[in-house]
Amino acid sequence: MAEMEYNVPSERWPSHPETATHEGKNKFYGFWIFLAGETTLFASLFATYLALKDSVPGDDHLLAADLFALELAFVMTMFLLTSSLTSVFAVHHMRNNNFSKMQLWLGITVLLGLGFLSLEIYEFIEYTHLGHTFRSSAFGSAFYFLLGTHGAHVVFGLIWITMLIIRNAKRGLSVYTAAKVHTAALYWHFIDVVWVFIFTIVYLLGVV
Amino acid sequence: MKNRWMNAKWIGLISLLMLFVSGCGKNQLSTLRPAGEVGQEQFNLMLLSIVIMLLVIVVVTVLFTIAVVKNRRKKKGEDFEPKDISGNHTLEVIWTSIPILLLIILAIPTVYLTFKQADTSAMETDEGEVNSEEVVINVTAHQYWWEFEYPNQEVVTSQELVVPTDTRVYFNLQGADVKHSFWVPAAGGKMDTNIDGINSFYLVFDDEKAQDSDRLFYGKCAELCGPSHALMDFKVQALPQAEYEQWLADMKNIEEPVQASAEDAQQGQGIFNDSCMACHATTPTGAGSQGPNLTNFADRDLIAGYLENNEENLQDWIADPESIKPGNNMTGAYDLTTEEIDAVASYLMELEVEEGSGDVEALQQNTEEDSETASESDSEEDTSEEGGN
Amino acid sequence: MASTAEKKGFWSVIWEYLTTVDHKKIAILYLIAGGIFFLMGGIEAMLIRLQLAIPNNDFLSAGLFNEVLTMHGTTMIFLAAMPLLFAFMNATVPLQIGARDVAFPFLNSLGVWLFIFGGIFLNLSWVMGGAPDAGWTSYASLAIDSPGHGIDFYAIGLQITGFGTLISGINFITTIITMRAPGMTYMRMPLMTWTTLVASVLIVFAFPPLTIGIFLLMFDRMFGSSFFLVETGGNTIIWEHLFWIFGHPEVYILILPAFGIFSEIFSTFSRKRLFGYSAMVFATVLIGFFGFMVWAHHMFTVGLGPTANAIFAIATMAIAVPTGIKIFNWIATVWGGSIEFTTPMLYALAFIPSFVMGGVTGVMQAAAPADYQYHDSYFIVAHFHYVIVGGVVFGLLAGLHYYWPLMFATMLNETLGKISFALFVTGFHVTFLIQHFLGLWGMPRRVFTFLDGQGYNTANLVSTIGAFMMALAVIILLVNIVMTVAQNKRVARDPWGDGRTLEWSLPLPVPYYNFAQTPLIRGLDAYWIEKKENNGQMLPAESLDDFHMPNNSILPFIISAGLFIAGFGALYLASGREWAIEAVSDLPQHPWAIWVLITGLLITFISMGIRSWKDDLGYYVTKEEVLNDLEEQERGGK
Repeated sequence: MAEMEYNVPSERWPSHPETATHEGKNKFYGFWIFLAGETTLFASLFATYLALKDSVPGDDHLLAADLFALELAFVMTMFLLTSSLTSVFAVHHMRNNNFSKMQLWLGITVLLGLGFLSLEIYEFIEYTHLGHTFRSSAFGSAFYFLLGTHGAHVVFGLIWITMLIIRNAKRGLSVYTAAKVHTAALYWHFIDVVWVFIFTIVYLLGVV
Repeated sequence: MKNRWMNAKWIGLISLLMLFVSGCGKNQLSTLRPAGEVGQEQFNLMLLSIVIMLLVIVVVTVLFTIAVVKNRRKKKGEDFEPKDISGNHTLEVIWTSIPILLLIILAIPTVYLTFKQADTSAMETDEGEVNSEEVVINVTAHQYWWEFEYPNQEVVTSQELVVPTDTRVYFNLQGADVKHSFWVPAAGGKMDTNIDGINSFYLVFDDEKAQDSDRLFYGKCAELCGPSHALMDFKVQALPQAEYEQWLADMKNIEEPVQASAEDAQQGQGIFNDSCMACHATTPTGAGSQGPNLTNFADRDLIAGYLENNEENLQDWIADPESIKPGNNMTGAYDLTTEEIDAVASYLMELEVEEGSGDVEALQQNTEEDSETASESDSEEDTSEEGGN
Repeated sequence: MASTAEKKGFWSVIWEYLTTVDHKKIAILYLIAGGIFFLMGGIEAMLIRLQLAIPNNDFLSAGLFNEVLTMHGTTMIFLAAMPLLFAFMNATVPLQIGARDVAFPFLNSLGVWLFIFGGIFLNLSWVMGGAPDAGWTSYASLAIDSPGHGIDFYAIGLQITGFGTLISGINFITTIITMRAPGMTYMRMPLMTWTTLVASVLIVFAFPPLTIGIFLLMFDRMFGSSFFLVETGGNTIIWEHLFWIFGHPEVYILILPAFGIFSEIFSTFSRKRLFGYSAMVFATVLIGFFGFMVWAHHMFTVGLGPTANAIFAIATMAIAVPTGIKIFNWIATVWGGSIEFTTPMLYALAFIPSFVMGGVTGVMQAAAPADYQYHDSYFIVAHFHYVIVGGVVFGLLAGLHYYWPLMFATMLNETLGKISFALFVTGFHVTFLIQHFLGLWGMPRRVFTFLDGQGYNTANLVSTIGAFMMALAVIILLVNIVMTVAQNKRVARDPWGDGRTLEWSLPLPVPYYNFAQTPLIRGLDAYWIEKKENNGQMLPAESLDDFHMPNNSILPFIISAGLFIAGFGALYLASGREWAIEAVSDLPQHPWAIWVLITGLLITFISMGIRSWKDDLGYYVTKEEVLNDLEEQERGGK
């Protein structure tokens, strides 16, 4: 067994290709632990935001209730939730050893993510025009830091998935590439879950 | 024989420790010489915990020493094979439950005192006004000096805190620039002067203990606040109620800055008004300025919080503040010649408050009136509310 | 293997270490870098004690003293104690669980290089405009007020090392979960492995709050946000919470692996199995868990209110229980054993009374009203040095002597080791015991000087003398190390004679693939069992065959270097900008800074991209090579 078999023939394609190799299994556990760390990272951000969300220097500064448009946030949520679903489809096809469909769904995921990102940028520009900026108040700082960190995660995820689509285009599906795709999908789900919390804690609680 | 020696050793060690605990430290400064109720309660809690902890240390050390001495390989032989013991249920229960018991003994007074010492409800009236019946002092910590305001009497002073004995003295604490911490070790624990909000607590100074320490206690800044953190000391003068009120009345008496008498002091006053007034007030109502209030400067014992108050030190301090208190905000704030500095110094040395000059009764009346107006407005509010109903 | 390594040229050795993914070599990197930072932190400690030897001293100026004090704390915690523990974790854990490497060898290398570059970045502040001066806790109001770039060096330097620490934590957890040899169940893992696991979990949960806290500080100082600026609604107490939510578990991140080292040593040199193993494991987990619920006991005087203070007081006291369990279990381990007084065992024995003293003063501080007196006084300085030096540093020194043969296949000189032990332990107590009283007499901590006539003179002088005894001990230790390396007297398998755990079953020096055949584990103290039942031969869990090993890579070094470069860009970007905090906006502008930042980040991200893009499938060690090695060992053995 000089060479480990990464290119498993389709009749022996495992039902969980992402953890079929030892490296894949490590990656699977390691990434979950990483996400645990990310969870505390965002928990700290949420705590900071909750502590500062009503802190503005004067009465003329806008607060959450004056700013947020739930409709927009809802549309953004839909974009991200749907992209999470499409990444599930991609992983499903990966497990069925269907490379082209997996690539397709990954592509759709990226497009939906881009849609979310453009809406978020549009939203930030709107707020900036209203005078709600990173530097205008402690509320502003906390708001942009929380959403900005999430947004940066989205950007990172988009670049990551796009790179995977391109790099795997020639290599095809193997237990080696499957682990990579699965990890990226996990990351994407995590970003999505964080957004659900943002939607609840920042937008819903802010408007109520 | 050996046991007796061990016992003697332990008794010796403990009595040595007790000697340390009770015999050392300065009256004016040591947490081990509590000067009032708060410090005493904390000291008692410290003693209780020290006794429990010494017990723990003794038990562990004795067991440990026996274990080590008895089980040396030299004694047991090179080839001795100890029996592998995986554990002992009874033992584990014992050494889990005894510490829990000891901790409960410590936890009860801890919780009780935590709540008791945090009770500052008396310092405010129901309407959130300062309660004029109580001694309330607002402390503002600056880099690197202390401002003390007596809100009921509208008197401001700095660096030397004057408090009455045998009563609770309530403090409102706040930092002006960075976080400091207000600590009078002999009177009780510290509390931080945050820049985000006001902290309140109280201290008590027993008259008897105050007499033992010449009515003088030292206060310190306990939170790193910049280069001169170490020099941010202040002095506490604990006076009997009557003297305290007289002091307040004397301070109150100064409505105009004390006028210089000597010739060079008069010149100094002029320079002071031009160069120093912008930051330093010389009437006791001038709060909130950049530098310490200097109304009773010549009465104070210390310059810059820690130097002996004499003209020479004062001249050095004005001439080169940076060398006395590194990082202070006075450095470079003015440009004076040596002669001008000497003149200002001699003016400052004349800033005295005449003892007994103030009218204590007037002061008391004022305060009472304040409280009456407060209670009147209180009853008015009540009636209006009733009327509304 | 040894002979071929010696034949290699100097530069190829350097290259090997720059690119290595072997946990044993990474351990050596941690040991060297952590050791150098330990010496720097030690020199800073000596400067502090020199300044405080006599009242009104002007050996150090007030501002410089604050820089030295800040760098002493920061260096010792982040750049010395933790990396040195990582050195021993890396050296032992994979061997203790029967693995050929860690789960993520590449990330392991990334972790060490991030730490090294972050540490260098932080220390460059000395020569690039002044070191941080707001204490290792860097409380927000003072840190915002601090002029120059010192605090920015602190923030960015810690951020870089922090990433490294987080990565290492993730790596160790995964390694311990997935890489254990057959039969190595969780309840058969040596205590060192257990404490590493729990400490790593603490790292994963504790470091992100610090990361966020430091980001807030950086943004406030450099990019005009107002998290801590009260005028625009900020709140400095947030920093204190975030810092101590990290800071308290950090204490356990340090002490737990030290507990692990001591547990190994007690049982080895008492020739007896660890007493109450399962209670020890349980206590470790419990300490880790409680470690997250007590952070506010560092903030009793902040004014959180009596309810918060009371709750955190009780929670803090509760930690004493599992710690007590550990102490008693160690004593019971020694009890009835056969104690050999080697240098590591001496450190372990000295640790018990020293650490108990640090522990009980900790409980005393848990009594909140009493802590109003102790807080920020020299009592606290005494307390945490009793736990950090009496616990962690004793653990590191014990580990250094104990694991030296495992890492270098030579033994440190025992006589010199015992001399430096005696000096160090005596010096330690002379330095710190008296500081308890200084605190009770009203001396605040972090003071650059004290006044004559307040009763502090003698005690401070005593403390300084003790510190110099410790310094002398470290110098003797260095002499010992140099002599040992120069003599290079090789030792063979199980050099202490009473090794119990799996790592001692390996030939020395340990082959780069660790185990020719993955061993089968039959119980706790796996090697001891085979000594009794199989003549010291581990049973193999697999037939001798080719096996898979990871490739070396220079990318971790480049990724870390990229962040290092980007750090300077970020730092100088804010100079002279009107949005930065006053302390930074007064400095001259640096228009090139943005390009440095972009270049650094590009280097990092492109390297990460390359890592992701290329297939890295590792290589195979052939059966023939392993057989050769085994034969050579046998010949050497005869």
